[in-house]
Amino acid sequence: MLKKMLRLILSMAVVGLMAGSAFAAAPIKIGALFSVSGPASFLGEPERNTAEMMVTEINKAGGIKGQKLVLIVYDTQADATKAVQAANKLIKDDKVVAIIGPSTTGDTMAVIPVVEKAGIPLVSCAAGIKITEPTKKWVFKTAQNDALAVARIFDYLKKKKISKIAILTVSDGFGSSGREQLVFQAGKFGIQIISDETYGPKDTDMTAQLTKIRGGAAQAIVCWGTNPGPAVVARNVKQLGMKLPLFMSHGVSSMKFIELAGDAAEGIILPSGRVVVANQLPKNDPQKKALLNYVENYKKHYNVEGDHFGGHAYDAIMLIKGAIERGSDSPAAIRDQLEKTEKFAGIGGTFQYSPQDHAGLTSDAFVLVQIKNKGWTLLK
Amino acid sequence: MDNSRQLFQYILSGLSNGAIYALIGFGFAIIYNATGIINFAQGEFVMLGGMFTIFFLAFFHLPLLPAIILAILFSTIIGIAFERLAIRPLKNATPLSLVIITIGASILLRGIAMLVWGKDTHAVTAFSGNDPLYIAGATILPQHIWIFAITLLIIAANKIFFNYSIVGKAMRACAYNSQAASLVGINVKTMVLLSFVISSAIGSMAGIIIAPLTMTSFDVGIMLGLKGFCAVIIGGMSSGLGTIMGGLLLGLLESLGVGYISASYKDAIAFIILLLILFIRPEGLFRTKETERV
Repeated sequence: MLKKMLRLILSMAVVGLMAGSAFAAAPIKIGALFSVSGPASFLGEPERNTAEMMVTEINKAGGIKGQKLVLIVYDTQADATKAVQAANKLIKDDKVVAIIGPSTTGDTMAVIPVVEKAGIPLVSCAAGIKITEPTKKWVFKTAQNDALAVARIFDYLKKKKISKIAILTVSDGFGSSGREQLVFQAGKFGIQIISDETYGPKDTDMTAQLTKIRGGAAQAIVCWGTNPGPAVVARNVKQLGMKLPLFMSHGVSSMKFIELAGDAAEGIILPSGRVVVANQLPKNDPQKKALLNYVENYKKHYNVEGDHFGGHAYDAIMLIKGAIERGSDSPAAIRDQLEKTEKFAGIGGTFQYSPQDHAGLTSDAFVLVQIKNKGWTLLK
Repeated sequence: MDNSRQLFQYILSGLSNGAIYALIGFGFAIIYNATGIINFAQGEFVMLGGMFTIFFLAFFHLPLLPAIILAILFSTIIGIAFERLAIRPLKNATPLSLVIITIGASILLRGIAMLVWGKDTHAVTAFSGNDPLYIAGATILPQHIWIFAITLLIIAANKIFFNYSIVGKAMRACAYNSQAASLVGINVKTMVLLSFVISSAIGSMAGIIIAPLTMTSFDVGIMLGLKGFCAVIIGGMSSGLGTIMGGLLLGLLESLGVGYISASYKDAIAFIILLLILFIRPEGLFRTKETERV
C-alpha cells in the first residue's frame, strides 16, 4: 500500500515536472471509487483490477490523444459515508475530471449529490435502477438494471409455459431490489408468485424456506442473491431432493458460484452478461471482440478469469475514453460527449446513451446461461 | 406434499442445525466452567478450523483426514497462544475485562484471517458424499449424520473426562473455587490453559464438520459464535446435556419459525430467546437454581 502511494506521489511529481517543461501534455486524472474491501468486495476487487489494467493498457498504447491517464482509486468499503468523503477528496484535492464507480447502489446514491453539485461526470458501476431514473445531469451507469435480468428470466419462463413460481430473495439491498422487480413484473408476463420467501445474507441453511416452497404448487424457483447464499440454496435444493428448475440472478455469474455450489450447480439457469460465454457467442455478435480481448487480458494480468463485474469498470473507462477522444478533457465536455455515446459495444452490452437514458442498455444486454459440466453454456 | 411430512422436514432441519449450535456452545461452556470467562473468541476457532482445513487441502494437497488433524492442531496452538499472551499475563483482572479481551481477540483473529486467506467463501467437500438420505419422506445429508455422531462423541468424552478423570475433576474444582483448589495442590494456571486447549480443539472440530454444509469464510465465526452462545445460555452454561438441549431447541425453533412465521425473523428468534432466558431464567432452562455460581 505504502509502496503504491509512494509510486503514485512519485509519478505525479514526475508528471508535474514534465508539465512544467514546454510542450509535454498534462495527464488526465480520473478518479475511481470501488468497494475493494468489505461486504461488496466481490464487486470492487475485480473492478479495481480491471480499471488499473485498462489504464496501463491505454497508457502503453500512447494514452488518449497523447495525454497519459492517471487513475486515483479509493476504497469505499461499501460504506456510504466513506464513499462521500472519498468523492469530495477526488474532486477537491485530486481535481479529477471524471469519476468511475462506486460499486454499490447505496454508495452511488450517496455520491450523486456531491458530483451533481461539483459538476463532475460520474459513471457508476452499480446496478440499481434509481441511479439513472430519473435521469441526472452528471450521472451515468454501466451495470445492467435488475429489471432487465428479471425480464430475461420471465421471458424464458413464459416460453416454457411456467406460470407459478416461488421466489427466494436475500434480505439486503441487492435482494430487495430484485424482489421488487420480480413482484412488479410478474403480472406483465402472466406469472404468479405463489411463494415469496427471504433469507439473511449470512444464513447457512435455507432448507426450512425450501421445504415451505416444496409444500406449495410452484413450478420453478427464482433465487436472488450474491455469493455465498445462492450456493447454499442450490445445495439445499439438492439435499431436499427437489426437482423444480432453479433460476438464479446475474449476481452469481462468476466461477466462484460454481466452485461453491459444486455438483448442486448443475442445470441452474441464470441471466448473465456475455462475458462468461464469450467463446460461444456467434461471430457476428458486436461485443465478441471486446469480450475476448478483455477476458484474455484479465487472465494475463491477474491469472484468473475476468468476470461480469470487472466488465462494468471496463465499460466505464472505455466510455470516458471515447468521450474524451470525441471532445476534450474538461468535465463538461466529457459529460456532453458521454451522453452522445452511440453503439459502444462493451462488456455489459451495447451502450446507447441519450439525454433521456443514462443507463444505455436494453434487455439484450443479458443472455441466459445454464451451468453444465462446471461451466457456462449459452442458452438459445 | 402433506403437512406432516413438511413438519417432519422442519424438525429434521432444525435438529441438524441445533446440533451445530450445541457443539459450538460446548466450547463456551468448558472455558466458562474452568475460568468464569465467557470466551467470545469461540466463534473464531470455529472459523479457524474450517479455514485451516481448506488451507491444508488446497495448498498442500493433503488428504482430508491429515488436513483435519493438522487444522485442529493449529487451531489449538492458536488457542494456547491466546491464553498465554492475552489471558495469563493479566494477573488480577476481573472476569469482565477478560471478556472484553476475548472480544478484542476475536476481532484480531478475524482480521488476520482476512488478510492471510482473503475474503472469499470456500467450500470443503463433504466427508461422505452429497446424496441425500430419506427418512420418512424428509431428507438429511450424510454430513448431518457426521455432525450428530461427532457431537455425541464429544459430549460423551467430556462427561467421562470431567466426572471421572482426576484432571477433569481438578478443572471443575478450579471453577468452583480457584483459591481452595490451589491450596490442595492443583495447578490452577495449567487447568486454565487446558480449558483453552479443549475448547479451541472442540471449536475447530465444529468448524471443520460444518464447513461442507455451511461453507466457510473469514467472517463465519460471528454468527455461528453468537448462536452457540445462545445455545449455551439456554443450557445454563453446562458442559453436558443442558447445552445440547439448548442447541437443539434453538435450531428447532428457528426452523419452525421460518416455516410457519417468516424467514425474516430467523435471527430475531434466537436473540429474543437469548434475552428472555437472561431476563427470566439466567441460570438456564435445564438447571436447578444454585445458591452460588462461580
